[in-house]
Amino acid sequence: MALKPRTVRTIVANAAVALLTAVTLLPLFWMVTVSFMPRGESNRFPPPFWPSRWSWENYYELLVRRLIDGAWFDYRIVPALWNSIAIAALSTGLGLLLTVPAGYAFAKLRFTGRERLLRLLIAALVVPGQVAMLPLFLMLKEIGLVNSYAGVILPGLAGIFAILFVRQACLRIPDEMIDAARLDGASEARIFRSIVLPLLAPITVTLALFMFLGSWNDFLWPLIVLSDQDKYTLPVAIAGIVREHAQDGELMMAAAVVTTLPVLALFVTLQRFYMRGLLGGSVKG
Amino acid sequence: MTRQSRAAWLFTAPVLAIIALVFVLPTVLALGLSVTDYSIYALADWSNLRFVGLGNFVDLLTTPLFWRALGNTALFAGLGVPMAIGASLAAALLLHDTTIWWKPLWRVALFAPYVTSVVATAIVWRFLLNTRFGLINYALGLIGIGPVDWLGDPHASIPAILIFVTWKIFGYNMIVFVAALSAVPQDLMEAARLDGASRWGRFRHVTLPAIGPTLLLAAVMSVAGFLQLFAEPYVMTMGGPAQSTVTVLYFMFDEGFKWWNLGQASAVALILFILILGVTIVQTRIGRRYEWL
Repeated sequence: MALKPRTVRTIVANAAVALLTAVTLLPLFWMVTVSFMPRGESNRFPPPFWPSRWSWENYYELLVRRLIDGAWFDYRIVPALWNSIAIAALSTGLGLLLTVPAGYAFAKLRFTGRERLLRLLIAALVVPGQVAMLPLFLMLKEIGLVNSYAGVILPGLAGIFAILFVRQACLRIPDEMIDAARLDGASEARIFRSIVLPLLAPITVTLALFMFLGSWNDFLWPLIVLSDQDKYTLPVAIAGIVREHAQDGELMMAAAVVTTLPVLALFVTLQRFYMRGLLGGSVKG
Repeated sequence: MTRQSRAAWLFTAPVLAIIALVFVLPTVLALGLSVTDYSIYALADWSNLRFVGLGNFVDLLTTPLFWRALGNTALFAGLGVPMAIGASLAAALLLHDTTIWWKPLWRVALFAPYVTSVVATAIVWRFLLNTRFGLINYALGLIGIGPVDWLGDPHASIPAILIFVTWKIFGYNMIVFVAALSAVPQDLMEAARLDGASRWGRFRHVTLPAIGPTLLLAAVMSVAGFLQLFAEPYVMTMGGPAQSTVTVLYFMFDEGFKWWNLGQASAVALILFILILGVTIVQTRIGRRYEWL
């Protein structure tokens, strides 16, 4: 029996998507398998895909402080992991605290200068963040915040995009709901807490995810502002290691796994929120 | 002051104050810094600071490496934007096909590289692009292409980094394009089909005009993104070989934080800003001319 054209088309299209996905995920998959190879095994031709034996030695070397010839030897990845977690969590928490109420105010509260401020914020989006970096570094140096968590976190808190994102979501809340609560005598803070925040819960998760991933993956600013190895975030720490240990493929893959896997897991778990947020910004609706 | 406006200021003042302090003020100071000779001497003692007018900009225009960085960045953007947008559009068209099963699964998988750290994945790609043991050259060898010295040959280094960048970012615009494609009017598509329009004809005259504004917006944002390339060359090539991957931002970082010429580096930052602004304006104009916007 001959296949219908429609069936052939279905098979070809699905096979093409599956192939594209396989090729896309291959680097990440390869990163994981190589990280479990015994030292030196990936430097072979043809390149091996699968470890000859699964070994934790790369992770052990990377994560555990060892005494070698009487001196402590340490890649400082564990402190970097904690720094990354702390900095990403703090920027996310503070970022939400600052931008969610502001976004609501710009959408629903009437105050003089609102429209003008809003136009200024939108205009400010075209200025790339790098322009502010050099003077900001000098300012932080003057007040002693260079090489501190606060110094890393501060510029990320100027969340213009986040304010506009929350504002967009708040515009969909019907005015009648808020006005009814006002007539019942609820204070503005009470209205925000009891009516608006529950409605904003899904987009708050989305925004939190954006902020956390953004902070976790940020590189240029932490590289500029952090000078003490024990304060490094993961990307800064592993960029430093790769410059010295470029030959140790298996070790570097273990470092890449430690840096990417936590956020990949977070993304996959919360992908519904992430994808929704992505489209909220680019498609009208 | 009404109750509402009092609440509004309470809600907005903290974040506006932070924006003013860590974004607006430094941006204004950057203008000031760019007309001084702020260097390591001024870092030690402010009294060493001198006003040099447009001296930094004049110096830059006579610095060969700055021109090299501008040229490299233009090449990155000129090749990278079509490459990335093309990859996103191709993936989106494939994923939009009505016969595809498990669409949400593919979407998440294809998007995954976008959420990873640039530094970590750049390290992975350094090994994938290895001349002797890398998977890329192995795959090319299977179809009879000799080993390419991706990160060691000045002619191959920009394409090598662009392959990595395209892999990393195509998922983002793919998601955006899939959404735009599903908004293409179906009755128009059906009418074109009944009129006997070919597959390409339908794409050219129905799909493309409908997703035009989205494509333009994506292109503008991609150009701005490519102009800000930094971590990729920093991790993969350190600007080499033969300075073929020094980008504007890489040059600014070296100038500012390796040599501590912060005045000069500020001038670079402002030129970068003007470039991004210029590209945005030009592309918006083009969009208006073709009545996409």
